[in-house]
Amino acid sequence: MTGEQIIFILTALFTLGSGFMVVTSRNLIHAALWLVSALFGVAVTYALLSAAFLAVVQVVVYIGAIAILFIFAVMLTRKDMRDQGPQMNSNWWFGALLSVLVFVGLFFLLQGWNGLSRTASEIPAGFDAISELGDALISPDAYVLPFEVASVLLVAALIGAVYVAAFNRK
Amino acid sequence: MGILTGWGMPEIAAQILIGFLGIFVLVALLMVLDIFLVWVERKVVARFQDRIGPNRLGPWGLIQPFADIIKLIIKEDTTPGGADKVVYNIAPMLSMMSVLILWAVVPLAPRIIGVEDLNIGALYIIAAGAIGTLSIIMAGWSSNNKFALIGAFRQVAVMVSFEIPMLTMLLIPTIFAESMGLNAIIEAQDIWFVWLAPVAAVIFLIAAIAELGRAPFDMAEGESELVAGFNTEYSGMKFGMFYAGELLHAFTFGGFMAILFFGGYRFFGLEQVSAFLAIAIIVFKAFIGYWIIMWVKYTLLRIRIDHMLGFNWKFLTPLAFVLLMVTALMNALLAGYRDGSSTMWIYVLGMFLSNVAVGWIALEVARAYSRRERQKVEGAKKVATT
Repeated sequence: MTGEQIIFILTALFTLGSGFMVVTSRNLIHAALWLVSALFGVAVTYALLSAAFLAVVQVVVYIGAIAILFIFAVMLTRKDMRDQGPQMNSNWWFGALLSVLVFVGLFFLLQGWNGLSRTASEIPAGFDAISELGDALISPDAYVLPFEVASVLLVAALIGAVYVAAFNRK
Repeated sequence: MGILTGWGMPEIAAQILIGFLGIFVLVALLMVLDIFLVWVERKVVARFQDRIGPNRLGPWGLIQPFADIIKLIIKEDTTPGGADKVVYNIAPMLSMMSVLILWAVVPLAPRIIGVEDLNIGALYIIAAGAIGTLSIIMAGWSSNNKFALIGAFRQVAVMVSFEIPMLTMLLIPTIFAESMGLNAIIEAQDIWFVWLAPVAAVIFLIAAIAELGRAPFDMAEGESELVAGFNTEYSGMKFGMFYAGELLHAFTFGGFMAILFFGGYRFFGLEQVSAFLAIAIIVFKAFIGYWIIMWVKYTLLRIRIDHMLGFNWKFLTPLAFVLLMVTALMNALLAGYRDGSSTMWIYVLGMFLSNVAVGWIALEVARAYSRRERQKVEGAKKVATT
C-alpha cells in the first residue's frame, strides 16, 4: 500500500464519518459543523487528485459561503437548537430501500467499467490545469453553453432573492 | 536528505521528515516573530496616542511580551457555563491555524516558498480566510454569551461581504502576471503593480483591513457596546491565540500587499544577491504594510455596521467589478505595447490613467449621491452670502 492510498483511505473515512454525523447529530449547529468537516474532506480528496483549483474552490464556496450561511440561518431561526423528536419518520423503509437500490445499481454499473483497474496516466510536466479549465469553460467546442446557463440561473436566483427581500414588505 | 538516507532511512520517510521539519521551522519562526509583533503593536499604538508604551522590562521594553505570555499562561483557564466545550476549545486553534496556513504560499525569496508554489496562491488566501470566518462564528456561538454571538454575527457579515471586493482585486495582479501563483506574480513585477493599478491596491488594503476585523471595521469587538465581541468569554492563552492570530494576520496581509502590489522580495535586483537579503526585503515590506494597517487602525474611528456594509455593497463591490473589467480591457488593448521596453511607458501610463479615472469617477458618483441624500435630510443647501 502506498502512502497516497493510506492518505486516501483516511480522508475517505473522515469524510464519510463526518457525513454520518451530519445526519445523526441532534444539535443543529453541530450537524452544520460536521458538514463543514465533510466538505473539507472532499477538498482534501480533490487535492489528492492534483486538482488544486477545485480543492480551493471547494473550501471558498462550500465552507466559506454555503456552510457559513447554513450556520447563520440555523442561528436565526430557533432559540433551542436541540432537536428532541424522533430522528426517523414513517418513510424510513422507503429511503433505506432507495439507497440500497442505488448502491446495487452503482455496484453493477462499476463492475463493467474498466476505469477502476487502470492506472491514470502521468500528468505531463508544465501542464497548467487552470489555463486548460479556463479555456474549456469559455470555448464554444467545450462547456460555454452550460457555463453561461449556470451563470444566468445564478443571476436569476440573485434577482429573485433581492426581490423577495426588498419588495415583499407589507 | 542525503544524510538521512545514508543513515538507512527509506527515501519516502526522509522526504516526509524533511517536509515536517521545514513546516516546523517556518511555524516556529512565525511564532517567535508573533511575540515581537505584540511589542511592535504596543509601541506603535503608544506613539500614535502620544505615550511611550512598554519601557520598563529590558531595553525599550523588549522583554514585556514575554511577561505578557507568562501572565497569559498562568491565568485561570475558564469555561463559561453552558458553553459547548469542544467547539469552544477548537475555535482559537482554528483562528490561529487560518493565519499560519497562509504562509504555505508566501514566497520568501526567489526559490524559497513556504510549502509549494501552488498556481492558485491568490485564491488560497480567500480559502484560508474562510476558515478564519468559521473560527469566529464557532467562538461566538459556543461561548453561550449574547455579546459574543452578536459580535460573531457582525464580524462574519463583514468578512463574507468584504471577501468579494478582495477576491476581485486579487484578480487584477492575476491579469497582469497571467498566473495566480504568488511567485509568478512577483516574478512578473518588473514594474510594481501598484503603478499599474493604484486604486486596486487601495481597495485591497480596505478589504484586507475589514477581513482582519481591525478598526475602523472592528464592529465585532465594539468594546463600548459588546464588551469584547466574539472573544468575550475567552481567557488566558485561548484569548492569547485570538490576539496573536490577529496580529500575525495583520502582518501577513502587510506581506500580501507587498507581494501583490509592491514587488514582493524584489528590490532593484538585490534579491539575486542572497536569499537572506530577499527574505529581509519581503519582511521589511511586510512591516511597512503592517505599519500602514496600524496607522489606519489607530487614526480612524469605528464605522457603524450598516454604513460599513452599505459602503461595501453599494460602493466597493461595484467599483471593484468595474475596475476589474476596465483593467482587463485596457490590458488587452495595450498588450502590444507591453513587450517592447521602449513602448513600455505607454502601457504603464495607460493602465495608471485608466485606473485613476475609474477611481475618480466612482468618488464623484459617491459624492453626488451623498449630496443628494444630505439635501433630502437637510433641505436645499443655503447659499452662503458674503
